[in-house]
Amino acid sequence: MNERKPKRSLLDRQGIQTLIASLLCIVLGLLVGFIALLIINPGGAVKGILAIVKNFFYLPNARMQMQYFGSTLVKTAPLIMCSLSVLFAYKVGLFNIGAAGQYVMGAGASLYCALALNMPWYVCLIAAILAGGILGGISGALKAYCNVNEVISCIMLNWISLYSVNTLLAGVKESTSPYTKAVDTSNPSAMLPTLGLNQVFGNKYVTLALPLVMVVAVVIFILLEKTKLGYELKATGANRAAAKYAGMRENRNLILTMVISGGLAAMGASLFYLTGIEQWSVTQSSVPGMGFNGIAAAFLGGLNPIGAIFSSYFIQHITDGGGYVDKSMYAAQISDLISSLIIYLCGFVLFFRTFMSDRIAKRMEMRRQAALAAEEGHGKGGVE
Amino acid sequence: MAQYTVEMLHITKRFPGIIANDDITLQLKRGEIHALLGENGAGKSTLMSVLFGLYQPEEGEIRINGERVDIRDPNDANDLGIGMVHQHFKLVECFTVLDNIIMGVESTKGPFLQKAEARKRVLELSEKYGLQVDPDALVEDITVGMQQRTEILKMLYRDNDILIFDEPTAVLTPQEIDELMQIMRNLAAEGKSILFISHKLAEIMSVADRCSVLRKGKYVGTVDTKDTTAEGLSSMMVGRDVSFSVEKKPAETGEVVLEVRDMRVASKIHKNDAVRGVSFQVRRGEIVCIAGIDGNGQTELVYGLTGLEPLKGGTVSLCGKEITNASIRKRSVMGMSHIPEDRHKHGLVLDYSLEDNLVLQRYFEPEFTNRAGFMRRGNIRAYAERLIQQYDVRSGQGAATTTRSMSGGNQQKAIVAREIDKDPELLIAVQPTRGLDVGAIEYIHSQIVAQRDAGKGVLLVSLELDEVINVSDRILVMYEGEIVGEFDPKQVTVDVLGLYMAGAKREEGQP
Repeated sequence: MNERKPKRSLLDRQGIQTLIASLLCIVLGLLVGFIALLIINPGGAVKGILAIVKNFFYLPNARMQMQYFGSTLVKTAPLIMCSLSVLFAYKVGLFNIGAAGQYVMGAGASLYCALALNMPWYVCLIAAILAGGILGGISGALKAYCNVNEVISCIMLNWISLYSVNTLLAGVKESTSPYTKAVDTSNPSAMLPTLGLNQVFGNKYVTLALPLVMVVAVVIFILLEKTKLGYELKATGANRAAAKYAGMRENRNLILTMVISGGLAAMGASLFYLTGIEQWSVTQSSVPGMGFNGIAAAFLGGLNPIGAIFSSYFIQHITDGGGYVDKSMYAAQISDLISSLIIYLCGFVLFFRTFMSDRIAKRMEMRRQAALAAEEGHGKGGVE
Repeated sequence: MAQYTVEMLHITKRFPGIIANDDITLQLKRGEIHALLGENGAGKSTLMSVLFGLYQPEEGEIRINGERVDIRDPNDANDLGIGMVHQHFKLVECFTVLDNIIMGVESTKGPFLQKAEARKRVLELSEKYGLQVDPDALVEDITVGMQQRTEILKMLYRDNDILIFDEPTAVLTPQEIDELMQIMRNLAAEGKSILFISHKLAEIMSVADRCSVLRKGKYVGTVDTKDTTAEGLSSMMVGRDVSFSVEKKPAETGEVVLEVRDMRVASKIHKNDAVRGVSFQVRRGEIVCIAGIDGNGQTELVYGLTGLEPLKGGTVSLCGKEITNASIRKRSVMGMSHIPEDRHKHGLVLDYSLEDNLVLQRYFEPEFTNRAGFMRRGNIRAYAERLIQQYDVRSGQGAATTTRSMSGGNQQKAIVAREIDKDPELLIAVQPTRGLDVGAIEYIHSQIVAQRDAGKGVLLVSLELDEVINVSDRILVMYEGEIVGEFDPKQVTVDVLGLYMAGAKREEGQP
């Protein structure tokens, strides 16, 4: 059987399909957000949705625009790390919903090292990665040796880590507020180096975090696609029994995946809190959304580490943009509502892609059938 | 009344690149047992899927009781009184027998089940046809034979008149097979029409009235079993006089490659050990075959040998070195190759490309991974292309094809290529030809014999007696986790092997 290969159309490429699906999700998300605005207060809907899309472009002058662009970037860095964490685990067949908890651990470990132990920034960063890695490793080990579903163990560890970190950081909080002490005044050596980026943006919180995160994204891409470890990890994810048959240490691979995944999310937290842009509130009773948004960003980015950079930026862009919606026409929560609607729809990328590739496959199949029938019609039969 | 209950006339069903059913006609009389015979890949399953509305044929028509019908999905088939016992039962393990039987057609009063009534009917049916079941036992606790009877009761409870049995004896013990044959005769005597799918000639000869034969998607013919012999059916099925004999030189055995002493392996299913004190040797230049009915410990024996499961006792040595507790990778590097029983579960990462699967046992070697841990993609591609060429593995896009999209035969060829090209000392092949067509079977047999002639040891585990007798140099029969006999294939008959496989006989001196 030596069939002629039908020409692959551009639409048949997986990357292109993912891109189209992602853009489709974005448009759909904005549309639903717009409809929500229309329902709540028709008068301000157009202005509102434009404010969200514009984000810092809403501001009057270039200097301020640059400054607030910087702020969005500062918050994008941890989101990229969380989405890398989620997609890395996903490639190995695990759903790391614990990125949120690992993020919390990262925040706790780095702030404690910075404020209580007066460590320099790189020690804080490493401490965060280790803490997140251990937390991820617990879920991985439970999965490997006790067959505990990683989703269940991750969700429970999310809460355990939140309250542990609140307890831990209560010792380094400001006496008059629930917030941890400011890093820049308490321990300037723990502040991330700015590499002059603060001057470029006119925003003191812009540091080496973003370039570092991009390097990490590329490293993760290479690790998954080019190395022996990536080959082993993906094989374990795709077929654990076959990985075992081929002599791979499948349990080690599962645990290692969760350790790396946890380390990535925790590193994100460290790269956020060590800029000093925000202080941890030790009375917060909900797990920060960064880890969960990482799930949406991972899928919107087509589960590609480079795609995650762009999708994370987009999600952070509209989240910040929500802040510019006219508060006299809408309640203060409107920004969260709209951005979460959009993020929610972002998760549909895989659904759209599957739908698209099915449709394309069906059309190709029909064309091939027709070609086959025509060939037989010419009495050329005998394919086998 | 029409003479035939089911008529499938001139059915043609095409798949891309292959005609699975080519102008097939099948006519089932009321009250007869009609066998459908054909090798794997002959088109039996496709034809049944057409009857069940899972596939729509491109040509041909189906008549039930003389009326033309259009079967769009399995519900239509059920409404027409067609029922099927699948080869792999479709039962809910943690439900009782009764619950499984009534599932989907429960009689209710308001929101409540009316089980008492259902139980009465099930017991009546079970009495009438001699189908012994315990309605309150959980399916996971009962024997395979009783599970099958549950499946049959499911069909009867739904008032199905046309009963299809898909390879029903593959999982049964000889006694259970006899019982099943009797049940089938009872059902036919009550006016049910039975279609019996099988490739076991003896069973067809004993129970069926007529037999239709398919070969490579084409209809060969229908014969009365009383007018033919097993040999006659066999040559219809294969398309030539069956010699099945594999060309090979006499064995020249050398030193011991594999030595197994008193091996015990725990069972996942029951409390008894699956392998109970097995000892044997495999020498260079010989093919040793483990024969037996499915589920007598062969799978666990291989798991123990290859390191997929830990041993409970005993020792294994490869080329004189003990490997009882060695890792799977260590065994592989020391020269053990393993063509696994389940190519989708163990043999392949289906989402990986063909080339990535072809290096699955060697990706870590310096040829394919450099010292920094990066894959050498160029070398992998070149290696894959050589194997594809040499072992004639066919696929849509060559080395880059996703393995999932390849045909079963070519997937198996890829595994055989990978395991043989590793240049092993010992090749363990478990049912290497399952589900393949005649051409691929011959090819794989010749490759296995070539390995023997190259001085390797070969351990072949097979459920097919023809394969056992034709390929091997020495036969060990396994029954309930023990080796109950050792035979020279030139001096043994299928009948004798059958007795040992069924546990009716065992050799003196064997433990």
